[in-house]
Formats: sequence, structure tokens, C-alpha cells
Amino acid sequence: MSGWAERATISPLETFREHLRRGELAFPYSLEAQRAFFFPRLACPYTGSERIEWRVSRGLGTVYATTWIRPREGDAYNVALVDVDEGFRLMTRIEGVAPESVAIGTRVRVRIHEAPGEEAPYPVFVPLDSAK
Amino acid sequence: MTTNRRGSVAIVGAAESDLGAVAAGLSPTDLMAQAVLRALRDAGLSPHDVDGLFACASQPRMTTMAICEYLRIDPRHHDVTYMGGSSFMTQLAHAQAAIEAGLCEVAVIAYASTQRSSGRNLVSPREPNPYETPYRPVLPASAYALAASRHMHQYGTTREQLAAVAVAAREWALLNPAAWEKQPLTIEEVLAARMVSYPLTVRDACLVTDGGGAIVVTSASRARSLRREPVYLLGSGEHLSHVSISSMPDLTVTGAARSGGIAYRKAGLSPSEIDVVEVYDAFTICTILFLEDLGFCPKGEGGRFVVERGIGPKGGLPVNTNGGGLSYCHPGQYGLLLLIEATRQLRGECGERQVAGAETAIAHGNGGVLSSQSTVILGTAATL
Repeated sequence: MSGWAERATISPLETFREHLRRGELAFPYSLEAQRAFFFPRLACPYTGSERIEWRVSRGLGTVYATTWIRPREGDAYNVALVDVDEGFRLMTRIEGVAPESVAIGTRVRVRIHEAPGEEAPYPVFVPLDSAK
Repeated sequence: MTTNRRGSVAIVGAAESDLGAVAAGLSPTDLMAQAVLRALRDAGLSPHDVDGLFACASQPRMTTMAICEYLRIDPRHHDVTYMGGSSFMTQLAHAQAAIEAGLCEVAVIAYASTQRSSGRNLVSPREPNPYETPYRPVLPASAYALAASRHMHQYGTTREQLAAVAVAAREWALLNPAAWEKQPLTIEEVLAARMVSYPLTVRDACLVTDGGGAIVVTSASRARSLRREPVYLLGSGEHLSHVSISSMPDLTVTGAARSGGIAYRKAGLSPSEIDVVEVYDAFTICTILFLEDLGFCPKGEGGRFVVERGIGPKGGLPVNTNGGGLSYCHPGQYGLLLLIEATRQLRGECGERQVAGAETAIAHGNGGVLSSQSTVILGTAATL
């Protein structure tokens, strides 16, 4: 167990991204609060405890809220909040379906978006019942 | 020592700066100084009477310093509390506490921006969030759109009900000579307008204008010696819940439920005893959420309430009587203009849009993306 006197050697963000580079959606789990939390932090937001374990999600979740944007240039895209089964929520994009037709309550599965160039990978989701 | 005592301070001066699209080259500090001087004149006071200064803005960030430099004043007490558009309700509560504690006696609260003239991205650049930015949400609109989507899903709220909020705001604006919008608006026009972030169109969204304002606050005893009818602070409450929309616990329940509850308790009033309602309508969904969370209708009924009870000039509950951020003026952190309108309604000086016999008003500020909520309840001398 580390204390606050000890320097952080890797940021929560970098840990999250290292998992993504391995194809995993990972999340911090508070051993003290016995629950997941998101966004990743140095300490559990429910207890202040630093006893955190990184766990890998099964990658399944449910759309909690959804919107879409049609920019002046380029294609329309979706922005959604997904409740992941392990008990945390994140912002994401639902792909594999028209952005306008994403429905709240839809079951979804994670897909790691490999961004071009220097950009870090990030998780997107596709409907569970859609063709892979 | 008991602080934030019911009616211990009053608003004794209120004024807008120039609004809308201001003269080229005017700075936000020009506008703040203009509003401060107008509010002091309204109160019958001069800049040298000011010993407490409260302000915050995204330009200039060292806001009280900019005002002091401009007006060459040297207040004993400063406060730059920054929580977005709700800052000024909280600053009013802080001014009350400071006056009660003897830190100052005549406080001014000020805000202005030139976000229309200077460009909004320059005025309030977004802070990147590595867990949201890659998805390119159009902030703040997409955050409110996500809340609207959840409300529609959970309670059957419709786009037409959202549009009814914009139409009511426009009807009020047409009664306010200072309002930016001058033409009537229909439900169909709201629905057919350019989509910003579904389900919110550009007509579901607040204006982007220049503007600002100021209010003067002093102790109840000093207030009674001044020229204007004092508008007393009866109660206040605040609640902060998140910064990013992905961290908001429940997108259908805002911190207004908490901030409003505290304010009502301090004021000793219930929603049915409020005559005038001024809530921060950054987007049409905000009015619906705040009417619910401030207790004017049950949770989930806001959409039906705005249509069936009505919130326009002919409706059952007067809401956003200046025309709101949707149709009157929205210079960024709009909360201060809600306090000005509530003050004017309680003084009975609102002309065609005056709510007859108004004795109590609620002014509710929102900051960030439903992030900070701050409520104040104001009343005339009759409510003390």
C-alpha cells in the first residue's frame, strides 16, 4: 500500500491508456468502497482510500443517454453515456449504427478505437446484436 | 454567530450594462464599470461608498482587480468565487455573510462579457478532458442534450414541450424593450431550426450576446435609509455535484433540488408562495429540470407543466419574465441578470411584463453543465 508521501510513478490516465493499447477497457476498483469508479483517479472518490486495484471490464454495458451532432462539415456522429456492467459510467461513441438511431437502454459491447498518429486509443461501443 | 439571517441584507441598486452587441472595442471591464456606476446611481450611492467588491468573469479573470483599477476604488473586502453562471447567487450569500460579520457594509456584485463581439471560444475556452474530448461533444450543448435525452426517455418529455419553453421565453422577451429578440417564435420554428446537439436546436439554446450587470447590497438598516425600496434576501442555498457531464450522478435530477430546499427552509417559504420565478435557461431542458427540482411540479412532470400550466405572460406561473437567456440576453455567466430581473419585479418597475403584486421571487443560477446550482429567494418589506 502506498501513502501520499510516495510519488505517483504512473498517472491514472496513462494506466487506462496502457490497458487500451493491450485491447482492454480497464477501470479502477476501490477495495475500501468495494466498488468501481470512473474517471480514474489517484484515490477512491467515495472513501479517499488509495487502495485501488485496476480491473479489466468484460466490455458490456447499456446506453444511459445519447445525442448526435451533425457538424457543418463532415458526417454526423454520436456521443453517448454508457453504464458499464461493472458499475461505472463513461462518455463514449456508439458506432455500427446510425448516430441518430442510438436508443437509450441498448446493450452495447466495447471496441477499442485505434486513433491515427500520436492520438491515444479510446473506447467506443457497438450494439451487442449488430453484425461485428 | 448566526449568519445568513433571513432579511439581514437587501439589494438596493440594480442595473444592466449595455447589452446585445455593444460598441466596437468596449471591453468587459468597460461594461462592468458601466453597470457598477449605473447600479450605484440607482441606489443613490457613489463608488467611494463601496467597501465590498464581488465579481468573477472569464475575461478578465482577475475580475475585482480590474474593476478596482478602472474605478480607482479600494474596498476592504473582495470575493472572486467562481462557479460559472451561478456564481452571483453564491456571491450574494457571501456578501450577506460578509456584511453580517462586519467585513464590509456596501457590497457590489458585478459581471460582464463581450462574448459576442470577441468570440465565444476566445472568451471561455474549454478545458480539455481526456475522457470526453476524443468524442467531440459540442460543449456545453451536448451535455444538456444528454440530460434532455434521458428526461425524454424516463418521463416521456417531448421536443414540443422543450420548444414550449423557448416560445414562452420569446413571449416575455417581446414585452421587454431590452431583449435581444424582437420577433415572435413558434413551436414549429424551434423544431425546424438548425440542430446543435439532438434533441436541442439552436432555438433550444441560449443566445450568445455581450452584456453584464451589477447589484448593490447592504445591511437591512442601511437599506432603509436609501432611495429605493429594498429587496431583501430571505434565503439562499447552493450545491456542487460535478464538472463533467459524464460524472453527473443522475442526469434527470440537478443540484437545484438541494440548493432550493436549503433556500426555502431559510426563507420559511414553499414553492406555492413564490410569485416570480427566474431560472437559468441555458437550454430549454434547464427550465424544465429546475421547475421540477425547485418544487413547482413533481419530478418528470416539467414538460407537461410548461404546456398545461403555462410559463409565459398568459400562463399560470411567471417564469423568466425578462425573456431569459433564450431570448433576452446571455453574456456567458447569466446568473447576475436573473438577480436584476427578480429585483425589478419586486420593485414593481417592469412595465408591460410586470407580475402584478409580486412580493416574493426565486432566482436560480446554474453553472457549468448542470454542475453548480445556487438559489436565492428574495422578498419585499411585506415578507419580513
